[in-house]
Amino acid sequence: MRKILLGLVSICLLVGVNGQETVYPAPKQTTSIVITGATVHVGNGQVIENASIVITDGKIAAVGKNVTVPAGASTVDAKGKHVYPGLILPSSNLGLVEVSSVRAMNDSREIGDMNPNVRSLIAYNTDSKIINTLRSNGILLANIVPEGGLLSGSSSVVQLDAWNWEDAAYKTDEGIHFNMPTMMPRPRFGGFGGGGGGGQQPQTDPIKEGLERVEMIKGFFNEAKAYAASPTHEETNLKLAAVKGLFDKKQKLYIHANTVRQMLVALDFVKEFGFDVVIVGGSDSWQIADLLKQNNVSVILNQPHNLPTAEDDDVDQPYKTPAMLQKAGVLFSINDEDGSTRGRNLAFNAGTAAAYGLGKEEAIQAITLNAAKILGVSDRTGSIEVGKDANVIISEGDILDMKTSVVTDAFIQGRKVDLNDKQKQLNDRYNQKYKLKAF
Amino acid sequence: MRKRSCLQRLGLMASLHLVVVACFAQPTFPENGVADNRLQCFAFTNATIVKDGQTTLNNATLVIRKGKIVAVGNNVTIPKDAVTVDCSGKYIYPSFIDIYADYGTSLPVTTTGPGGFGGGGFNPGQQPQLASGTKGAYGWNQAIKTDADAFKVFAVDDAKAKPLRDAGFGTVLSHIRDGIARGTGAVVTLANEKENLVILKEKASAHFSFNKGTSRQSYPSSMMGSIALLRQSFLDAQWYKTKPSGEGLNLTLQYWNDQLGLPQIFEANDKWNDLRADRIGDEFGVQYIIKAGQNEYQRIKEIKATGATYILPLNYPQAQDVEDPNDARFVSLNDMKHWELAPTNAGAFEKAGIPFCLTTADLRTVNQFWTNLRKAMDYGLTETRAMDALTKTPATILGIYNQVGSLDVGKWANFLITSGSPFNDKTSIFQNWVQGMKFVVKDEAANIAGTYNLNIHSPTGTETYTLDIKGNNQLTMFGKDTLNSRFTFDGKTVRLNYAPMVRRQRPQGAPDPQQRPGFGRGVSGEAPLPPSAYRLSGISNGTEWNGTGVDSMGTSFTWTATFVKAADPKADSARKKEIPVIGKVVYPFEPFGWEEGQQPKQETILIRNATVWTNEAEGVMQNSDVLIKNGKIAAVGKNLSDAGARVIDGTGKHVTPGIIDEHSHIAAASINEGGQSVTSEVRIADNVNPDDINIYRQLSGGVTTSHILHGSANVIGGQTQLLKLRWGGNDDDLKFKGADGFIKFALGENVKRSPFAVGNNSNNNRYPDTRMGVEQVLVDAFTRAKDYERSWKDYEANKSKKGVVAVAPRRDLELDALVEILNNKRFITCHSYVQSEINSAIEVANRMGYKVNTFTHILEGYKVADKMKEHGAHVSTFSDWWAYKMEVQDAIPYNAAIMKKVGLNVAINSDDPEMARRLNQEAAKIIKYGGVSEEDALKMVTLNPAKMLHVDSKVGSLKAGKDGDVVLWSDHPLSIYAKALYTIVDGTMYFDRMKDEELRKLVDTERNRLIRKMNGEKRSGASVIPAQPTYNVILSCTDHNHDHGLLSIDGDEISND
Repeated sequence: MRKILLGLVSICLLVGVNGQETVYPAPKQTTSIVITGATVHVGNGQVIENASIVITDGKIAAVGKNVTVPAGASTVDAKGKHVYPGLILPSSNLGLVEVSSVRAMNDSREIGDMNPNVRSLIAYNTDSKIINTLRSNGILLANIVPEGGLLSGSSSVVQLDAWNWEDAAYKTDEGIHFNMPTMMPRPRFGGFGGGGGGGQQPQTDPIKEGLERVEMIKGFFNEAKAYAASPTHEETNLKLAAVKGLFDKKQKLYIHANTVRQMLVALDFVKEFGFDVVIVGGSDSWQIADLLKQNNVSVILNQPHNLPTAEDDDVDQPYKTPAMLQKAGVLFSINDEDGSTRGRNLAFNAGTAAAYGLGKEEAIQAITLNAAKILGVSDRTGSIEVGKDANVIISEGDILDMKTSVVTDAFIQGRKVDLNDKQKQLNDRYNQKYKLKAF
Repeated sequence: MRKRSCLQRLGLMASLHLVVVACFAQPTFPENGVADNRLQCFAFTNATIVKDGQTTLNNATLVIRKGKIVAVGNNVTIPKDAVTVDCSGKYIYPSFIDIYADYGTSLPVTTTGPGGFGGGGFNPGQQPQLASGTKGAYGWNQAIKTDADAFKVFAVDDAKAKPLRDAGFGTVLSHIRDGIARGTGAVVTLANEKENLVILKEKASAHFSFNKGTSRQSYPSSMMGSIALLRQSFLDAQWYKTKPSGEGLNLTLQYWNDQLGLPQIFEANDKWNDLRADRIGDEFGVQYIIKAGQNEYQRIKEIKATGATYILPLNYPQAQDVEDPNDARFVSLNDMKHWELAPTNAGAFEKAGIPFCLTTADLRTVNQFWTNLRKAMDYGLTETRAMDALTKTPATILGIYNQVGSLDVGKWANFLITSGSPFNDKTSIFQNWVQGMKFVVKDEAANIAGTYNLNIHSPTGTETYTLDIKGNNQLTMFGKDTLNSRFTFDGKTVRLNYAPMVRRQRPQGAPDPQQRPGFGRGVSGEAPLPPSAYRLSGISNGTEWNGTGVDSMGTSFTWTATFVKAADPKADSARKKEIPVIGKVVYPFEPFGWEEGQQPKQETILIRNATVWTNEAEGVMQNSDVLIKNGKIAAVGKNLSDAGARVIDGTGKHVTPGIIDEHSHIAAASINEGGQSVTSEVRIADNVNPDDINIYRQLSGGVTTSHILHGSANVIGGQTQLLKLRWGGNDDDLKFKGADGFIKFALGENVKRSPFAVGNNSNNNRYPDTRMGVEQVLVDAFTRAKDYERSWKDYEANKSKKGVVAVAPRRDLELDALVEILNNKRFITCHSYVQSEINSAIEVANRMGYKVNTFTHILEGYKVADKMKEHGAHVSTFSDWWAYKMEVQDAIPYNAAIMKKVGLNVAINSDDPEMARRLNQEAAKIIKYGGVSEEDALKMVTLNPAKMLHVDSKVGSLKAGKDGDVVLWSDHPLSIYAKALYTIVDGTMYFDRMKDEELRKLVDTERNRLIRKMNGEKRSGASVIPAQPTYNVILSCTDHNHDHGLLSIDGDEISND
């Protein structure tokens, strides 16, 4: 009934314009909620069958087979369904880039190489049409990441049901992003259909050039360290001040890197500065998994649904990389940064990892608790444990498998999130047109 | 008298070649001074004369006069007026011919920037140049340069001629190496003479390539565009013979026709391009002579089948520095294998019996010619064939064998005087005579080795020493003892410094000079000489050297040295080297390719007790069997058996038809011909590329058929090609035989070039720039096509009528394809997104009388599903792509389900080499988004695309009689946990997950072997270049933001100009 009504509303209000304006952020939780009869995937590898979850004041009050249900609690029957912690998209330009091909809709790259002081959070657009489509697939939190240059700025974790960015902020400026120079020769073109040419040597040494840029960044951090050590400053430097949190580990240093050489250089920032380093990308991380583990470097694997890096690689290398990191004990999370689907296939990237050697619960952990740990929010979210924020989703079946992944309910801090989105509204609208049965 | 002396004496004349000598007086040229017409008659006696590859005369004589050979043989009367040159111990060979040179015609400016299209082509970010920039009564396309005549611009350039002559060449075919049609080449000699005299044949050849070179005109911007332009040019030239009134004077076509009688030489430079060139020739009755690349050994059977004669360059890839494993990581096995195998190319041609010439073209420097040729000989090329390839074969092709190419009477006196066979690496070429002019290549003084007596004539008497000379800079000098000395000889001037005799007596305790490092060891050259050394300078007058010297006291003296005896002859170093150990060619030349004989073969396969998804009325059959025999599905049912079958236990597993991808861009050399808004003349079929690793990767995801579409750069794109993924097959093997022809259309943002505006300011100047214009492009194209069709019908009706002069219309390949559409002989798959343009495309089609067979992408299809249904179109879409550009803002993942429910035939496609290997998962999303049944979802990637491609009678379901294109899955095929265990095409197991494990090990082993070999090369002191990462060009629709990793290059980012 509600759906039909909503469909009618959308027809009345949304003629020819983008939808979703009738999807409202949920108000604060007032009454307790109990989810019953569920298979609970805690997020830490544990599964509790036929369990209940009590949510009070936005927090998880109880989890288990026998829980005390507060009086007046509303019940969500999840019999036969699966409950998971809200999924976390660990690195995304969500809310910064609405349509990548339109310059006016891009807010992720500032001019210049050194932008540690720019903050993604303040440009995060809670009215992005993409956000709700992620919620529909179980993603309740995301790390909003600036792009470009060497130091792109700071990222913040947001929850995906808010009126504005201040409400959305979940952890502010939790990390600084550094794009490691590629240190690889650029491709040469001009060979025509094979043969001929011979090719010119690169004029410069890309490794040397890259390392010089890294040295420049280290110089910056050395000055930032000195700057942070002094309580007062004759002249305020916004850029140096912006990275203060790195030195007392209140911030992570996210190093965007894929090759072994890049990642080995990234270890410098552990050794020389003692930073908490997270590799973002990590397509070749499987080659140095043990070194990453030894140095407590965690990894955000950007896109398991990708082609192998080299044509000689095993055809399924990107699919099995997560299992290899798991085996080596590296803390990693899985990301979906596909520019054509905008992050909504996060769970399926993890599902593919599960098909190629990762345990199913480990795969879930990679997009919940591991992500929370990496982003520094595991004290509040990432697993269904008492005391944590009630960021919880309910799915009709295995969330990792598109065949069965249908998210029916979602709670962010105990608030029951409206799972409607622009795409569902358009679906309703045209079901109406063709008089197809609503589903 | 020593045998070499005559030549040495003649060596005096060597310096003359530096001065322009008017050897041949040209009657029309006035003389400034006193006439100096010489007889120019020489007799070379006592030589071993290799007249041609087959004939060798011992102790023979060659007589030349006025630049031509007048006698050759064993019993030749030497003319009285001849200068006799004793060539005892010497060999005389015909000078070589380089059939692929740009000597004297090279472009003043090098070709622009990247100079070609490695695959991508059309650069959407650049403003196109739509018209030719050539002024004059020429044709429409700047890359068709039939007006270029090498002989008109040819200028003698002795600095460029010298390295060629030094390499043994006397004659070259030179042409202007620029453009798709390059005009004519001229045969010229390398003599340093007036152009009038060195041009032997002014129009000897016509030249072609796929590379538009310096042309800045947008069209063509792809391999298939180049091919289409050549094809159309052939037709236009034929048509031009009818003197069509509307065309006026078209010199480009006129010259094209004029040049058809010449040998046609095509620069293809790559094994697949060779085949492409040959096929164009076949269409128009031309047998091209093909300038090859270095990789033909990878497909030598196909190369032989062309029947062409080839021109082989001898450049090889350089060894890379792969010592650092982090560098080696990104160097592909293919690149390393090719480095190892490229020197086998010429040998492979010889072994296959393919005629070929050799050229210095493409070498980094001409100096490498002999090193590389000898390397080719180490790898299987024989001397006889190398000789022919440098003499008779090119001369015959060019019709100049009556002038050059052997040492026969009447031919030009173009010959080499050598110490032996030039194909032997110990041999020196001493002189190269071109048109009777002598050019010294290497002074014979190189052969001064021997023992000499040196007499120092000082006022106090004569001191005598013995010189044991090993080479131009190597000598050991003896008195009573071995002396420390330093020696140089440049062919004429002798310089010798030596330390005076070591005293017998020396003071007690004084350091022993013998102990000084390098001193007194008798080895010349390296040891430091004391300041008191004697300094001698002289001139070699043959067997006697005369000179002056100064001793340590500054006293002058004279000296002579006299030849005593020659050095012991060097051991005959016949070239009988073993062919080095090398890896095997694999098919395709890619990782996971098959060695010869290891290719999977068609088998009888019985899969037992599986869950079988038939896509037929039987639906999903539990515990059932599938029998594949003779490439076809023989039976689907229970308890099947076949005595000869390979039985596969399918318990707990699932069998489905092979996956069919309606929208793919893999396995093609180019995808987008964006140079014009209508390019229906281009064909993906012309540039299929079997060497694409993505074929194998997609097999690993259960894909058996891929529809390779032209990109979306223009409204009417090119003709598509349906492929079966027969990994290892050649470009023809991959084609899906007997399938209907399709063509790609595109609407919206890409064709109006809006995504590529710079800073939101469009730099587009190519019509159309709006959806309004897109519609008009379609209307105009089909209006022209109808007029065109009518003009042909009129012509056909009238041509046999008496009294009517019927003129055949111009055949236009672009309009031919559109006429095919109008007659239901070619079918459209139309890239489209928003409802307005879909509506418009249908309306135009209805108005013009054609059908849109398939709407592809069609992300707003759900908005006009009823209209598409009414039109009878099929639809093929993405499951969940959106929000990467404005026209996909209303894309919804429920699209496929809505369209299906409205009654359309719906497919889910990839448009992406990564997603293509998970199309089963993409189909599964339609269960999630819209609740279609599992069977219907699977059909969206199997039977439904088969229907829209008109091949559902052959593929798409499991039914007896259909093609044996079958996948065995480890799990429910729509589950994310499903893996393709076997992917079978035509009953042949092209992907086998167990076999894949073995292939991975082979790839590793072969990589390691080659890395070790390259490292060995480096450690042995050979020059290596820095490691070059192997980047892969991923071709796409120009459409999306899917990243493919750090070695991938988006084809659209590669500019062609």
